[in-house]
Amino acid sequence: MVGNIAMRSIDRPDRQAATPTAASVAGAPNAHARDARSLPDTPPVKAAAENFSFYYGQFQALKSITLPVYEKHVTALIGPSGCGKSTLLRACNRMHDLYPGNRYEGAIRLLPDNTNLLDPAVDPIEVRMRIGMVFQKPNPFPKSIYENVAYGLRIRGEKSRSVLDGRVEEALKGAALWAEVAHRLNEPAFALSGGQQQRLCIARCLATDPEVLLFDEPTSALDPIATASIEELIDQLRQKVTILIVTHNMQQAARVSDFTAYMYLGELIEFGRTRQLFVNPVRRETEDYITGRFG
Amino acid sequence: MESLESASFEPLRVSDRLARKALRNTKERVIEALLFAAAGVSVLTTVGIVWVLVSESYHFFTVVPIWSFLTDTMWTPLFADAHYGILPLLAGTLTTSLVAVVVAIPLGTTIAIYLSEFARPAVREAVKPFLELLGGIPSIVYGYFALIVVIPLLQLLIPGLPGFNMLGAGIVMGIAIIPYVSSLAEDAMRAVPMSMREGSYAMGGTKFQTAVRVVIPAALSGILSAYILGVSRAVGETMIVAVAAGMQPNFTMNPMEPAQTISAYIVQVALGDLPHGSIGYQSIFAAGLSLMLMTLLLNVAGHFVRRRYREAY
Amino acid sequence: MIPADLSGIQRIIRRNKRRDLIFAIFGFIALLIGVLTFLALFLQMAFAGWERLTPEFFTSFPSRRAGQAGILSAWVGSVLVMLVTAVSAVPLGVAAGVYLEEYATRSLVTDLIEINVTNLAGVPSIVYGLLALGVFVYAFGLGQSILSAGLTLGLLILPVVIVATREAIRSIPQHIREGAYALGATRWQVTRDHIVPYSMPGILTGVIIGMSRAIGETAPVITIGALTFIAFLPESPIGPEFPWLNFEWLKSGFTVMPIQMFNWTSRPEEAFQQNAAAAGFVLVLMTLAMNAISIWIRYHLRKDIKW
Repeated sequence: MVGNIAMRSIDRPDRQAATPTAASVAGAPNAHARDARSLPDTPPVKAAAENFSFYYGQFQALKSITLPVYEKHVTALIGPSGCGKSTLLRACNRMHDLYPGNRYEGAIRLLPDNTNLLDPAVDPIEVRMRIGMVFQKPNPFPKSIYENVAYGLRIRGEKSRSVLDGRVEEALKGAALWAEVAHRLNEPAFALSGGQQQRLCIARCLATDPEVLLFDEPTSALDPIATASIEELIDQLRQKVTILIVTHNMQQAARVSDFTAYMYLGELIEFGRTRQLFVNPVRRETEDYITGRFG
Repeated sequence: MESLESASFEPLRVSDRLARKALRNTKERVIEALLFAAAGVSVLTTVGIVWVLVSESYHFFTVVPIWSFLTDTMWTPLFADAHYGILPLLAGTLTTSLVAVVVAIPLGTTIAIYLSEFARPAVREAVKPFLELLGGIPSIVYGYFALIVVIPLLQLLIPGLPGFNMLGAGIVMGIAIIPYVSSLAEDAMRAVPMSMREGSYAMGGTKFQTAVRVVIPAALSGILSAYILGVSRAVGETMIVAVAAGMQPNFTMNPMEPAQTISAYIVQVALGDLPHGSIGYQSIFAAGLSLMLMTLLLNVAGHFVRRRYREAY
Repeated sequence: MIPADLSGIQRIIRRNKRRDLIFAIFGFIALLIGVLTFLALFLQMAFAGWERLTPEFFTSFPSRRAGQAGILSAWVGSVLVMLVTAVSAVPLGVAAGVYLEEYATRSLVTDLIEINVTNLAGVPSIVYGLLALGVFVYAFGLGQSILSAGLTLGLLILPVVIVATREAIRSIPQHIREGAYALGATRWQVTRDHIVPYSMPGILTGVIIGMSRAIGETAPVITIGALTFIAFLPESPIGPEFPWLNFEWLKSGFTVMPIQMFNWTSRPEEAFQQNAAAAGFVLVLMTLAMNAISIWIRYHLRKDIKW
């Protein structure tokens, strides 16, 4: 433990020396993305954190994170509890704005328009309309299945029944739930099983065509069968949408993601192609974690 | 008991230990019985209320047929030509309660949403004691306020409004029950788990959209029972209407007119000196029984609302 | 249609936010109505009754001449009635709350008691007056006395005390009980040494709120036949000789603050309205003081207990 920390502090100057902008992340990823860069066919960047730090009051939860998220690929955030992976995910759609005393530093840019999502001038509601989020515990609204999926459209002011019907059906099909609920769209969402509720929450996001989907440990409250169905769904969704997923289950990260970032104590330790990171990690701390020597 | 326990460290003989245990058990039983008796007092209170209301009303209804009590449109128990029709008092009670509810429900709900979903915690902490104080003001003071301040103001707006009227009494009664409605409704909204709100905010919902489309449906049972409690308070409220609504029974639902409520009638009779056992004395128990049945009905309705709409978060 | 472009989203957000703002304004106005009503009521009585708020007002009996009338018999009556109320309701309510939380196992009987307490809290206060008129005044023969009034208000606030006690007890974590039981304490020892002391701030808050409600209650006290014109004081509770206590006052006729105010309010003369304002001001100050104490207890005594 002590050795790890010492090593990181020695490394820190390098990383701070390379302070890339969104453009530089897209073109030439930073030191910790070196194995991603080593591949010739890196996909276009959809979003990128740049020297992003986050504070809960006085406590610094994230320390100068720089991380690309590639378009229409799945990026997984792994690391032990308290490493800040959920904090980073929730920053991507400004959920921290809901609670007082939280502070952002640096930027999270969304491409192609290069908007800094954390800019105080950018409305958090606009960010959330562009980026969907699925939570750890399924949190359907106390409404019918149909109204849950239609919610995002309703708050955008959509009233046309035929448009709503079409989008609801499409979203439920996209979330692999249509076959199970088509005949009971007006039943309350609480009547569904845990796994179905979580797919409903995914459908709820899909209905508004988000540019990025955030998953915050989406299967931690589910049984293995429901987990498998969610993972299968994520696998299909990557063709349509950029996905950032937090998981504390390393096997899950290995199964579903294309890229993986390993975080520890609020810092990004290593980022790379998932296969490479799991098979041949660059950093010792990453290796220790994925081989289960600590964590 | 304490002295026994700290007596000595010498081992006690078996018979002594058994004696101690027996003493301890007896003491525990006696205490439990006493506590149970205390809890039983509340049941005795209910039994007493039902017994008093029913037995006195029974005497009343041996003289006044129940049918004419329910259908006669005159209530003149103190006149030579006595009529005992509850309808005028019922109309007064319903009209004042209706006015109160029209004031209290929109304002109370708005305040609840504002405090639960909009206000910063500092504002909420500063305002809630004020609302609690508003709820703690004696109703006689509200009655004075209605008569001396609110009705004269209303008379400026509505020329020809009598000095006693149900509108002024109802409005002030509504303000008096705002704290009950708002604090219960707010409790219900705050009980909605944050994860549900986050679901809505994460999709880009505004505070108002989240409140109206997610939080209120989730808290519906609590909000409805807050409303029912408010109505039941209004129905039973006495001093505001006794002071400001007038004291003549008046079979009308027009809030601009003076009228008497069931509760105000009881006060009026109690202020006089009717002999124990007279029909006038018994009439207040019949009136009280009607009032009690109305609030009981509301309480039962509240119970079912809570059951029917209870959400499993 | 759903606009995919950013400007469309921004347009929707602007519209939604306008609604947010409009509601926030409404909410603020609603709050203002509440707060301003309170201030208007308080200040109106203060200004209208100001001239009458002299020391003589507190030391004079009511009078046919408004200028000489005072609230002596009313405030003394209120204090004595409250004394009876507290002595009857607090032990009963706390004991009942303790029984329901610590002793009762779920059964038909305890369910019945619980439903009963909930329903009693919703019974209009004037109905308690009728109960007292039938039971205390006539069946028990206590007459139209301070004792009858105190017991009536005691029953009235009993549900408040029971509910407050139960809530306070419920917030004590189970491991505190287990710790005491593990040392061999009996149920009563756990209750007496731990449960009741630790829940004291919550119980006190409930008791004071109940008392502040009782002190302003008018209807039930009128119903049992409190007089509106009393020009004497009950006998002093403290006697000149052993045992220095005197219970004659319990049987005395009486009036209380809210009834005195009601009496003055219902007179047409302006001068009596002034008296009513002054009495109302004193009454509201009394309830405000009690509420302030309970708020203080809630914030300060409870802060010391950390589980």
